[in-house]
Amino acid sequence: MDFQPPIINLLIVAPLLITMGAGLFLMLLNIFCKRDGVYYWLTLAAIAAALVQNVAMWGHEYGTFIARGSYPMVVSDNFSVFLNSILLLSGIGTLLISRNYLHRTKLERPEFYMLMLFSLSGMMMMGMANDLILVFVALELLSIPLYIMAGLAVSRDDSKESAMKYFLLGAFSSGIFVYGIALIYGATGATALPAVYAVLEAGSPLAMAGTAFLMVGFAFKIGAVPFHMWTPDVYEGAPTVVTAFMSVGAKVAGFAALLRVFTVALPAMSDAWMGALALIAALTLIIGNVVALMQTNIKRMLGYSSIAHAGYLLIGVAAAGQHSEAVGSVLLYMLAYLFTTMGAFGVVIALEHKLGEGIMLEDYKGLAKRNPWLSAAMLVFMLSLTGVPPTGGFSGKFYIFRSAVEANLWWLAIIAIMTSVVSGYYYLRVVFYMYMFDGDRTEPVYAGTALKTGLLIALVGTLWLGFFPAGWFELAYKAVIGTTQLLAGG
Amino acid sequence: MGNSFVFMLLAVIAVGSAIGMLVSRDAVHSALFLVLNFITIAVFYVVLNAPFLAMVQVTVYAGAIMVLFMFVIMLLGAERLRGMWGDRPSELVFAAFLGFLLVVTFLIALVMEGKTAVSANMIDSSPVALGLRLFEGYVFPFEVVGILLLSAMVGVVILTISNKRGKNV
Amino acid sequence: MSEITINSYVILSTILFVIGALGVLLRRNAIIVFMSIEMMLNAANLLFVAFSRHLGNLDGQVLVFFVITVAAAEVAVGLALIVAIFRTKKSIDIDTLNLMKG
Repeated sequence: MDFQPPIINLLIVAPLLITMGAGLFLMLLNIFCKRDGVYYWLTLAAIAAALVQNVAMWGHEYGTFIARGSYPMVVSDNFSVFLNSILLLSGIGTLLISRNYLHRTKLERPEFYMLMLFSLSGMMMMGMANDLILVFVALELLSIPLYIMAGLAVSRDDSKESAMKYFLLGAFSSGIFVYGIALIYGATGATALPAVYAVLEAGSPLAMAGTAFLMVGFAFKIGAVPFHMWTPDVYEGAPTVVTAFMSVGAKVAGFAALLRVFTVALPAMSDAWMGALALIAALTLIIGNVVALMQTNIKRMLGYSSIAHAGYLLIGVAAAGQHSEAVGSVLLYMLAYLFTTMGAFGVVIALEHKLGEGIMLEDYKGLAKRNPWLSAAMLVFMLSLTGVPPTGGFSGKFYIFRSAVEANLWWLAIIAIMTSVVSGYYYLRVVFYMYMFDGDRTEPVYAGTALKTGLLIALVGTLWLGFFPAGWFELAYKAVIGTTQLLAGG
Repeated sequence: MGNSFVFMLLAVIAVGSAIGMLVSRDAVHSALFLVLNFITIAVFYVVLNAPFLAMVQVTVYAGAIMVLFMFVIMLLGAERLRGMWGDRPSELVFAAFLGFLLVVTFLIALVMEGKTAVSANMIDSSPVALGLRLFEGYVFPFEVVGILLLSAMVGVVILTISNKRGKNV
Repeated sequence: MSEITINSYVILSTILFVIGALGVLLRRNAIIVFMSIEMMLNAANLLFVAFSRHLGNLDGQVLVFFVITVAAAEVAVGLALIVAIFRTKKSIDIDTLNLMKG
């Protein structure tokens, strides 16, 4: 028995190493340096560096950590580069909108940035993992820091309780997920995605049950009905910057792993999971949009809205079982979702004058008079979330619906269009409050330079995607899942 | 895969202790039932040719983790609650129902298939072989788990220490 | 009694898994809910080891390491949360925490 080291190319995991390394560095720095600004800028620099390194890998397909006679553990292809860019941008967006907020709510401490960097590396790993066990480890690496970040406002009960709820349901779902991995391992004797693909035969009950368990685990993470019940409470209780971070990051990462696992490892079961995902998508759309109608707290409303958006994304995933172009439409939708959601949360943060205050819909009355620019930005984001042209939300929905129709999911496209119309009611209600009412609020609006920059980027992104979606779609279409992972190492 | 008498005996203990954990009113009793359950599973590991894992199971799970549980239960003095069973909204019951449906279908499918091929040779499962496999095939997740444990540690410090800091502010 | 096959192990671990899941869904005490989650992870581990023996493949045993380590990390965070909540609420009853209002 002799040791044969795996083939390792660290350059491929460089974005991960940068974010994880920066997290470790901040931890050491914590001993010497007590100034919070340093951590902020270092984190921003690390994420930007990771973004540059990540974009440089566009157009190639790599695999690394290849053991003898086995498949790569980590892969990088256009799909993962595209998703990592979205995730890193969401990290930058979170930092931009959090600058002033963390200060005035006294939540700023080095650990926030550390945990954010660790969570971000877990998110990126989800899209790069080529082995079910790495998907599991990445899922935990993204979740555990998020549980803690949700409870960051330790002095407030609702923050701690939302952390607790997130934690219990998250741990429950990862238990289900591990059981699914064990069943798939039993059916195929492997956990590497391509190896599972190579061995799996359709109709094996073990693999069928394993697929179902994996699906439930993912559904919890992305907040799909009927496993969505944690979303509104956690969104409401967590500090708003953390809510913004997880509403984009955790969801995009969940979809990344969902897409890769289901299309690379489990195409043999695509008949089964396509139907199940389509059903979950329909339920998610209906319940998410209808319950959002009754919300009076904007964070809760955005929580239900994020459930609804998971529904639209799931349509694309279900369609991806038929033709791979649908993956492109999911990616484009995620990009639009990133800009729009980050922007909307940016406005929410600007109005949250104290921790947990100023987040009711009532507080938006008369905003147009108090701060016309902010309310104009919110108007664009709300239109984009509804899916009104010419915004990014419209482009995203357009391509998703098109891929649904191409995959013969007519009924689902019709439900999606109808629920979009319903969603107009609660999104436009915010606009109505801002423009049609006179408010009596006198609290200041906290829009510092960083937040304004963030809002500007989000606004430009949303409108750019709305006016010129074709170029972005080309890009997203090129980002379909690569084939390197199918090659076994020497 | 082992003597059927040993299997049945262990299975009865495992399921019995699991049910004991589920229905105990007192959290301390639940924890003790869980320890018994974990030790039974460790014996299963020995039967299944995984002696090293059996040792890890006893030391890490039944030992360290359960001691931590006991410690917290005792620290909080919260072993008993007024009510035992929660009143949860219908969604959860619906989810539980779905889960049951899934498991039952699965068991039926499995028994119908009746696959019994148990022919694999005994493999070398010594710590050396395990270590080699771990570092040849799973280096990357191994390193990542290190970061995971670190972030959990940071989290524990934040969640418990900063309580005091919050009061001073 | 018939020969013990992999099916017996699958059924046993499924029973343990379901008991764990029931504990999560039905109990009120946060610590017991949490212990039930550990039971679910253990059921998965048992399945890994049984399949590893059944298939003559060592990978299943290696995967158990990862599950145990992740479980340890989860236990640390979970118990810290429970302690933090208990300090102000003086209770670990899930239903009094307004947690499950949907």
